[in-house]
Amino acid sequence: MKQSALMLALAGLTMTASTAAMADVVVKLGFAGPLTGPVSHLGKDEQYGAQLALDDANGKGVVLGGQKVRFELLAEDDQADPRTATTVAQRLVDAGVKGVVGHVTSGAAIPASRIYEQAGVPSITPSATSPKLTQQKFKTTYRVIANDMQQGAAMARFATEALKAKRIAVIDDRTAYGQGLADAVVDNLKRLGVTPVGREFTNDKATDFSAILTRLKAAKPDAIFYGGMDAQGAPLLRQMRQLGIEARYLGGDGVCTTEMIKLAGPAISADVFCTQAGIPMDKMPAGKSFNERFLKRFSVPVQLYAPYSYDAASALVEAMKLADSADPARYLPLLQKVSFKGVTGNVAFDASGDIREGGVALYQYQSGKWQLRP
Amino acid sequence: METLLQQIVNGLVVGSVYALIALGYTMVYGILGLINFAHGDVLMVGALVALEAIRLLQIHAPELGLVPTLLAGLSISVVVCMLLGYTIERTAYRRLRNAPRLAPLITAIGVSFLLQTIAMIIWGRNYHSFPELISTAPLEAVPGVFITPVQIAILMVSAVLMVALVLLVNKTRLGRAMRATAENHKVASLMGVDTNKIIAATFVIGSALAAVAGVMFSANYGTAHYAMGFLPGLKAFTAAVLGGIGNLGGAMLGGLVLGLVESIGAGYIADMSFGFLNSSYQDIFAFIILGIVLIFRPTGLLGERVADRA
Repeated sequence: MKQSALMLALAGLTMTASTAAMADVVVKLGFAGPLTGPVSHLGKDEQYGAQLALDDANGKGVVLGGQKVRFELLAEDDQADPRTATTVAQRLVDAGVKGVVGHVTSGAAIPASRIYEQAGVPSITPSATSPKLTQQKFKTTYRVIANDMQQGAAMARFATEALKAKRIAVIDDRTAYGQGLADAVVDNLKRLGVTPVGREFTNDKATDFSAILTRLKAAKPDAIFYGGMDAQGAPLLRQMRQLGIEARYLGGDGVCTTEMIKLAGPAISADVFCTQAGIPMDKMPAGKSFNERFLKRFSVPVQLYAPYSYDAASALVEAMKLADSADPARYLPLLQKVSFKGVTGNVAFDASGDIREGGVALYQYQSGKWQLRP
Repeated sequence: METLLQQIVNGLVVGSVYALIALGYTMVYGILGLINFAHGDVLMVGALVALEAIRLLQIHAPELGLVPTLLAGLSISVVVCMLLGYTIERTAYRRLRNAPRLAPLITAIGVSFLLQTIAMIIWGRNYHSFPELISTAPLEAVPGVFITPVQIAILMVSAVLMVALVLLVNKTRLGRAMRATAENHKVASLMGVDTNKIIAATFVIGSALAAVAGVMFSANYGTAHYAMGFLPGLKAFTAAVLGGIGNLGGAMLGGLVLGLVESIGAGYIADMSFGFLNSSYQDIFAFIILGIVLIFRPTGLLGERVADRA
């Protein structure tokens, strides 16, 4: 009600004094992601998502410290490259942005986060899932998507509850990603009262897994979780079947790819499951209307993480409203208190800056592709 | 018990591929005293050329059966690798034959990078899935112990090729010339042996074996990749050293021993160290064995000559 009254007042204002609108205080927010290169479609997608959030905020009208403000988005191209990311981050800080939506990839987000931390500028990533990002304990680093730890938790729950697996073995490739994910699965399994029956290791260049699989086979597992990428995950699955291991195969987003299906060949079956951070748009509370408005505004459909980017930008605006100020020093502490219904679900952060209720989607291989499990 | 048997089967399969690759290292070393680090990458070229040939055959000659397609792909890749081996010897190594030892060694590393980069440009950085032409469905040999038809084929092909190579070296004219060249280049050439031709032949034969090993490797694991040659190359080199580099029987023995040690090591390392070590030390295990063997037998398991060349 309050909002609609405000809208009316706004409409009246713009009628009489469009020059007054020009006098609004401009609050600049930054966006950083790959706007060129092979993943530029994802970068653009998130840029649009953030833009839409700011359009909406401007449409509703936000008053901070008694002054009407207008949000502007300053987009920079980090090319998903760690080194470019730091340059771009510095450029945004120098341009005086009050907050940043980004970066898109973990590789870029981690080095950039240090620069925002030093400048005291809050940054919220819509799509970088590496646990390392928030493990740095930076006060300014936030994330609106589930991280790999939460992915591991979701898989552990699914394996024990839906699949009723009791004897679970875990393998990882000893990379930061694979090990982090596998450890998260093991920790959560233990919390659920299931001790893994085997824990083996390989590396991200290996092709032969028969020795460790034979060892695991002796433990008679009913499910094997692999923390790693598809290039090893697929041969691992093939060798499991070649050794007559009929256990279910579980993996994280590293194996939730079309490449996995291609490389695993005849070994892949409905006994293969994987998780993906974030939930698909048609499962989001406000997904449908978001997609329609997005399409109308930018004439392109949502690619992937635009809703998360929208929520990231909204979280910044919400914190500013709570603090009644766009000054990072004043609104940063209030990011902890932000709690609202975003496009993707409830947005509220834990002490480390991760989203509290990070959605994780679970997929099962079925007739040639990954099918979402309800 | 069945776990141990399965580990032995695993080890033999991996080991016989190592042995086949190790033969290429050891032949070249025996004759030239050169460690041909590009050998692993010839294996990679073999696998990727076979993959490409099989893809084309499946499109243009789909009526060809599965096994004939594989054999045709294999033959094409063997021929390509033989040419490649000859070219490498002719352009990269021959000019350096009388250069200090280090020069050809570094050249070999250079050739290895070159081959990988060219393969990366042609086939990209992605992993390719290798078509399954021989079934990889498991057969239960003994209750609880599985082996796939591809693995049986690998064991048989390696055994046949190893026997053939030994016969070639010991019973034929070419083999005699090779042994003579290995003994002493100058004297061999004085006796009328065309050493250039013999050395080229050694590279060609080694490359053909690498091509076969590459195809077997890819058929077994179902993938091929521009950098796939590095690890098996390194392992096979280790196997050659373990068995006594320069010695054909040693390469075969070294390959099999290395495969078995790796497999059994990875399977039992945790139990043997009372949970102190785990399977991430799988590779280290093989090198520990290598270290121990070299301490007590510096020339390797079957090596006779003291290695006086780098």
